[in-house]
Amino acid sequence: MLVLTQRSWDVMVAHCLDGLPMEACGLLAGQEGAGTQVLEVYPTANAARSARVYTVEPRDLLRADRAAEAAGLSVVGVWHSHTHTPAYPSPTDIAQAPDPGWHYVLVSLSDTEPVLRSYRIVDGAVTEEPVLLATLPGGAVES
Amino acid sequence: MPVAVEVRLPNILRPLAGGEPVVKAAGGTLREVFDDLVRQYPGLQGSLFNTEGEMHRHLNVFLNDDDVRYLGRLEAKVGDGDTVTLMPAVAGGAVAG
Repeated sequence: MLVLTQRSWDVMVAHCLDGLPMEACGLLAGQEGAGTQVLEVYPTANAARSARVYTVEPRDLLRADRAAEAAGLSVVGVWHSHTHTPAYPSPTDIAQAPDPGWHYVLVSLSDTEPVLRSYRIVDGAVTEEPVLLATLPGGAVES
Repeated sequence: MPVAVEVRLPNILRPLAGGEPVVKAAGGTLREVFDDLVRQYPGLQGSLFNTEGEMHRHLNVFLNDDDVRYLGRLEAKVGDGDTVTLMPAVAGGAVAG
């Protein structure tokens, strides 16, 4: 399960829309070990500058990692957009997933409304996980 | 002249280095630092180097604040007290490109 605030959801989707026609990406931070609640999101540049692939700009990766650490958090996942395909990990996404402990969030912009879904990718096996939008401290509603 | 540096490891590599988030290594260049890391933690070999003995392409390496791709990669000179940060490349996309 992945728990997002509405603000995080808005930042992630807005960054994907801003990035069009290219794929956009960013990093998710939360408390290590209790990695279901996303507490901060860091939009990053797509170093690949492509509508088909993304690479988180290495300097942004370092910056996000340091910002997360300064906030007592860890990077716990990544999000990126699919501009013309569904919100499901592509073979490229699966092959290049760097960390089995991470959450992999896809934002599809192929329909009129953005679609956000989250997955775990472990040894090439993809499992979708529920995404909850937290509305109040301690309270959550399913998206 | 070998110097001591601090190497920060991402979560994914920590199990290969005794579970430590930060380890010490010595060397005058990044290649020597990597060689020292592999001497201490042989399991890191395949994550640091490719089969040709060059830097693994799915690895980001920073010397203090700088990406070592712009500092000569494995030939980058390291100084006493420098920090080397290792991070996985984060990439993917809708279509193989």
